[in-house]
Amino acid sequence: MDAITCSYCREACLISMSMVLILAIFVGFEVISKVPARLHTPLMSGSNAISGITLVGAILAAGHAGDSLTIILGTSAVIFATINVVGGYMVTDRMLEMFKKKPDGGEK
Amino acid sequence: MNTYLLTNLIYIVAAVLFIFGLKMLTSPVTARKGNLISAIGMLLAVVVTLLSKGIIDYKWIAAGIIAGSIIGAFSARVVAMTQMPQMVALFNGFGGITSLFVGWAAYHVMTAFDLFTTTTVFLAVLIGGVTFSGSLVAWGKLATYISGRPILFRGQTFLNGTLFIGTLVAGSLLLMNLQNGYSYSYAIFIGIIILSLALGILVVIPIGGADMPVVISLLNSYSGIAGCAAGFAIQNNILIVAGALVGASGIILTNVMCKAMNRSITNVLFGGFGATATKGDMEIEGEVKPISPEDTYFILEAASSVVFVPGYGMAVAQAQHTLRELGDILEENGSEVRYAIHPVAGRMPGHMNVLLAEANVPYDKLVEMDDINKTIASVDVCVVIGANDVVNPAARESKSSPIYGMPVINVDQAKTVIVLKRSMAPGFAGIDNNLFYKENARMLFGDAKSSIGTIVSEFKKS
Repeated sequence: MDAITCSYCREACLISMSMVLILAIFVGFEVISKVPARLHTPLMSGSNAISGITLVGAILAAGHAGDSLTIILGTSAVIFATINVVGGYMVTDRMLEMFKKKPDGGEK
Repeated sequence: MNTYLLTNLIYIVAAVLFIFGLKMLTSPVTARKGNLISAIGMLLAVVVTLLSKGIIDYKWIAAGIIAGSIIGAFSARVVAMTQMPQMVALFNGFGGITSLFVGWAAYHVMTAFDLFTTTTVFLAVLIGGVTFSGSLVAWGKLATYISGRPILFRGQTFLNGTLFIGTLVAGSLLLMNLQNGYSYSYAIFIGIIILSLALGILVVIPIGGADMPVVISLLNSYSGIAGCAAGFAIQNNILIVAGALVGASGIILTNVMCKAMNRSITNVLFGGFGATATKGDMEIEGEVKPISPEDTYFILEAASSVVFVPGYGMAVAQAQHTLRELGDILEENGSEVRYAIHPVAGRMPGHMNVLLAEANVPYDKLVEMDDINKTIASVDVCVVIGANDVVNPAARESKSSPIYGMPVINVDQAKTVIVLKRSMAPGFAGIDNNLFYKENARMLFGDAKSSIGTIVSEFKKS
């Protein structure tokens, strides 16, 4: 769908996508370099979840009525991406829940 | 409203939520909320995509989402914190395979072959394939399904180089033959997939277990870059933004890990570090002085400041809970207790922090390497639990040592060092550790968990 909209303004589209890419890289470096070392594992599992955004692409592929190969590829992609999204966010939440200041040091 | 416009506006909102989510990860206080915000962004992006006009058939999508959610939720709940490196490695791989499939599907339905889209599809498939198979090997090594030792053979670099050039040649053939018959290009395309999968395996097998923090950080980054390429292929901005964020995060972590090992990324990837046990030419003086848990108790009982230095061995022995118990007892006893964390301790960035957090150690008791090194000379007792190379004084003293120059926690400068270790076997890098022979070092042999357990019961007896 997006591809068709873009086909008559290919150059403009390419330029704006590249602009988005460059800005996102800068924002990413700026924000993530401030994440402290102690939170690096949740950062990794959280970014696993974010990389599950390819679910969007997978949904578009699986939902277009195509031949059986497209459906197989799309559906498998949906499964893998959903595992990343759901598993990634849940395990990150589980980890971050443990990162608490516990001045009493008591048992959970 | 036009659905195209609505979809893309929501994508902008999702991108903003991702960035805010990551920003809140800069402090443990806000991190959990940040993760939730990021998840809301994801939900919005997925829902608005489901509503888009291009989708005709929902049944496969629904089946895939249900299956994926069940598997994802289940694995997130049951995974032990010691197994986080494996899980992250596997998830990196899933990110890679998704990009490969999305790229493949885009190529499969492509009618007008243009240079730009084909190039991005090629990149998505290549990077996705390498990420997938490479991550599976990393996962196998971390879960010890395959040996953690580097697998090296003659002509390895040559083979890898040839494969990589072969992939690039295949890619250019694909791009040059856009108009020449579909079946011919398709055969090349399948060839590229196979080559990229082979390349991923061959690139990761020569890398040793101790270098895994670098490898999974790098593959994390690749999974983002593959998503980015897939975003270009299907011209979708949210994939580009999210992919770039993940890519940046992975590269930052890779850099942090390399610095903490004083090695360059090329050295990690092609060095085959730890394949053979390397003996420094340094004369090792003195002898190993074993100590019993009972004597350790007397030393700890009298100490006014104690620093624990955990390593991968603590994760293997699952000793973090017992360790926390000992830490609490020592605090009640009037000692100042801290935990010093080396950036590459464990098998992934931040691994030790998560394990100690799981054991309820408050995060303000965890000290980073540079901070502890400033005050280590005044520490009464350093207890090293299953760490080896990250406390090896050879990194400072022995110019011929393979780890010379690597920043280490200078535990040998503390008044007394007690090293909990299974046996005298060298660490993962296969390097002798002259810490064990130092005058102020005592070796407490045995399983870390039961050794600490014995010390704890000694405290309880008195």
